[in-house]
Amino acid sequence: MLLNGVRSAANARGRMRGAEERERRMAISLRESVGQVSDPKHLEESVDEVFRLMLGAECRRATEEPAREADSVTAVVGFGGLLSGACVFTCGGQASLKIAAQMTGMEFAEIDDTVKDAMGEICNILAGAWKGKVPELAAHCGLSVPAVITGRDYKLHVQAPEFQLRHAYRFDGASFEVTIVCDGLQ
Amino acid sequence: MQEIRTLIVDDSAVMRKIVERALRQAGLDPLVVHEAGSGSEGLELLKAKPVDLILSDINMPSMDGLEFLRQIRAQSLAPGVPVVMITTESSEEHVKQAIQAGARGYIRKPFTPEQVKERVLPLLGAA
Repeated sequence: MLLNGVRSAANARGRMRGAEERERRMAISLRESVGQVSDPKHLEESVDEVFRLMLGAECRRATEEPAREADSVTAVVGFGGLLSGACVFTCGGQASLKIAAQMTGMEFAEIDDTVKDAMGEICNILAGAWKGKVPELAAHCGLSVPAVITGRDYKLHVQAPEFQLRHAYRFDGASFEVTIVCDGLQ
Repeated sequence: MQEIRTLIVDDSAVMRKIVERALRQAGLDPLVVHEAGSGSEGLELLKAKPVDLILSDINMPSMDGLEFLRQIRAQSLAPGVPVVMITTESSEEHVKQAIQAGARGYIRKPFTPEQVKERVLPLLGAA
């Protein structure tokens, strides 16, 4: 339900920007270059760039999934236009406090509105950086405003995506996961 | 030294703080910051407060940054004040749209304080 909402918003933005004829022409090349769009190195580079520049932090790819904490935070930014899907950023409560602190220079004791805002923004910047790696996507794929979910013991499920990239990372003792879900490629 | 009165427009309060910090790190001092969470809020602020510099996001709910820019010009608000877009959108098309709407600079997120300095200071005649 939430994913549908963010995707609809992103689709609306994509439509507003898109010249339809140009999209049709671009779509052929995007469908043909699915290998380039789904190249995991684009996600690696985007995460590295965003954490280095916005948090001043080096993060490294983790081989295992992050340990599940009872409280977790998930930020979602939808893609619309030539590619529909979402960028999903998930981390435990403690990691979200650490990331928000590093971004803002403030200290946080609980997941308040500022922490949620920081999670939404980091997901937004990641989504923008990732789509910016492929020129056709940069120009013809819109982003929704971020949606942030907090809670306990929930799972995110996407039915039969076109492709999905899911990477786990660690930085400064905290871990997080970034997922790119593509459920439609024109 | 004269104050640099700046309007930062972004729907994320965290991002507004990050931009403010980058401006201070870029050496803009003394800096007076006005914040707006949307384009329409930004327009209201410009009617009430004179500014020397405007930095705006593009992707915002209700009124986006490009429409905000067009409205500034249409309503003759802040004449001659440089507007710099700070956004996740990085394509040539977006840059072109922003420049056509009246932006004088464009900074892509993620950014470094050095990039902010390079793009903003020349617009204030302080390079």
